[in-house]
Amino acid sequence: MWSLSPAETTALLLSLKVAFWSVAASLPVAVALAWVLSRLSFPGKSLLDAVVHLPLVLPPVVVGYFLLLAFGRRGPIGAFLEEYLGITFIFRWTGAALACAVMGLPLLVRAVRQSLDAVDRGLEAAAATLGASPLWVFASVTLPLILPGILTGMLLSFARSLGEFGATITFVSNIPGETQTLPLAIYAFTQVPGGDAQALRLCVLSIVLSLAALMASEVLVRRATERAAGRDA
Amino acid sequence: MLEFDVRCRVGSFALDVAFTTGGGVTALFGRSGAGKSTVLNLIAGLARPQSGRITVEKRTLYDSAAGIELPPHARRVGYVFQEGRLLPHLTVRHNLLYGNFFNKNKNHVVGFDQAIELLGIGHLLERRPGALSGGEKQRVAIGRALLANPEVLLLDEPLASLDAPRKAEILYYVERLRDEVRVPIVYVSHSLDEVVRLADSVVLMSDGEVLGTGAVRDMMSRVELRPYLGRHEGGAVIEARVAGQDLESGLARLEFSGGALEIPDVEALPGEQVRIRVRARDVSIALARPAGLSIRNILAGTVVELAGDEGSSLDVRLDLQGTALLARITRKSASELGLRPGLPVFALIKAVSIDRRSVGYA
Repeated sequence: MWSLSPAETTALLLSLKVAFWSVAASLPVAVALAWVLSRLSFPGKSLLDAVVHLPLVLPPVVVGYFLLLAFGRRGPIGAFLEEYLGITFIFRWTGAALACAVMGLPLLVRAVRQSLDAVDRGLEAAAATLGASPLWVFASVTLPLILPGILTGMLLSFARSLGEFGATITFVSNIPGETQTLPLAIYAFTQVPGGDAQALRLCVLSIVLSLAALMASEVLVRRATERAAGRDA
Repeated sequence: MLEFDVRCRVGSFALDVAFTTGGGVTALFGRSGAGKSTVLNLIAGLARPQSGRITVEKRTLYDSAAGIELPPHARRVGYVFQEGRLLPHLTVRHNLLYGNFFNKNKNHVVGFDQAIELLGIGHLLERRPGALSGGEKQRVAIGRALLANPEVLLLDEPLASLDAPRKAEILYYVERLRDEVRVPIVYVSHSLDEVVRLADSVVLMSDGEVLGTGAVRDMMSRVELRPYLGRHEGGAVIEARVAGQDLESGLARLEFSGGALEIPDVEALPGEQVRIRVRARDVSIALARPAGLSIRNILAGTVVELAGDEGSSLDVRLDLQGTALLARITRKSASELGLRPGLPVFALIKAVSIDRRSVGYA
């Protein structure tokens, strides 16, 4: 009873793959956005801030629908990507990852921005006087100091991806083996007669997965924090 | 050599400062808020001037007329901040090597081993900054700045956040630095003790302006600058040679152009040059050489000028065969003694009034 069926294994691995790639793809974008929001001031900054946070407050189905309009076969971005780069998002696992990335982005940006705001600018200035160009300062001072924030953000967005439902099902539908992540599989089982037991098994699996992710990240964040604070770890 | 001539406005604070330094230690001295740290930030490129010119060793860092403004990382300025600012995520070793990485092939100021030995930080290399004391942090910060091969070293009140024993410790290392390393040093301070001990020349600042520049000895005996040098701490600086140490009494005999002094607790060997600050309030004046007195130092000289505000006391500038000395006495005493320029007098200095803090190596 504790071994997973092939269908369950497929859904689990797909969930992990989608969550991993959504975090990996959104991380550079999130760090860049967080840096812009934390360090620059320009007209329209609050608008950019609001747009980044929209997925947090919008119904996920709205986000999914807009992704469908933009990245669908006839959507402006989707058509371009398919014609010139051969990349398709619609009804693919990559689309599920894109939906999860967009939904998780505000969480990632917020966490990184908060730690960027907390960085002592004096340390960056000191590094500059020692001969480090702005890019070097970012790589050798800023980045190590905001590592705890980045890890926290990655965890939050990873967990968000594991649980993402609305945007995914709207954008890439519910295709077993391609776009059917754990939440979508649970939903599918609740829709068929006699699927309750299997839905429950997947629910338990989700809980175990989330707990493991939380605990692992706790350890990582604590280590990174100690390192960034200059205590001997 | 550093040439600085800059105008800058930050909010309601206006700065208009020009000075030139030679080698050795130049002290930027003044009360807090005078703009001393701003000058360092302008040299390092961490603050932006409105106009002017900054050159270090003939290399232009900033010139508004020529449109030159080097970014901080290209200025080769070693900056030791008040709070140290060590990178918390790196070990002491990697903090020391941080600037070295970017300036490896520039002409060496000091080597790694020499810097460690000079600052006594060899045992700290594998620690992280969070595990260091305040004094250790500052020594590592100085080493880090030196190893970046700077053309000028900027020290921003490196002793301000330390307690008295730590201050003495760092002062000792800065003195070694001055004597053993060729880099010119700009030292910001609001402590006369530090300035007298360390500096060769002083730039006296107040409210974003320069009130005067010159050698420490000359600046300290200029009576018109007394209000800015501290009412109670001010006094003349005498450069003297240690003629001998009497171990039994613990007194050192110092000789200078104006005579000889006996001072306790001088940590210098015979033949060495020292610099002593004699606070004006510790100097008394007599018309005739007194006898039967506990005061050990009685020096003959003449009155040069009397100056002071409208208060009850005034400053008398004396000339001791070429060496200036200041005495702060009451206005009433001055009139009762009939002090006037040209009058021969005797200056009385208690040996114990000159403590260890007032003596430095020249």
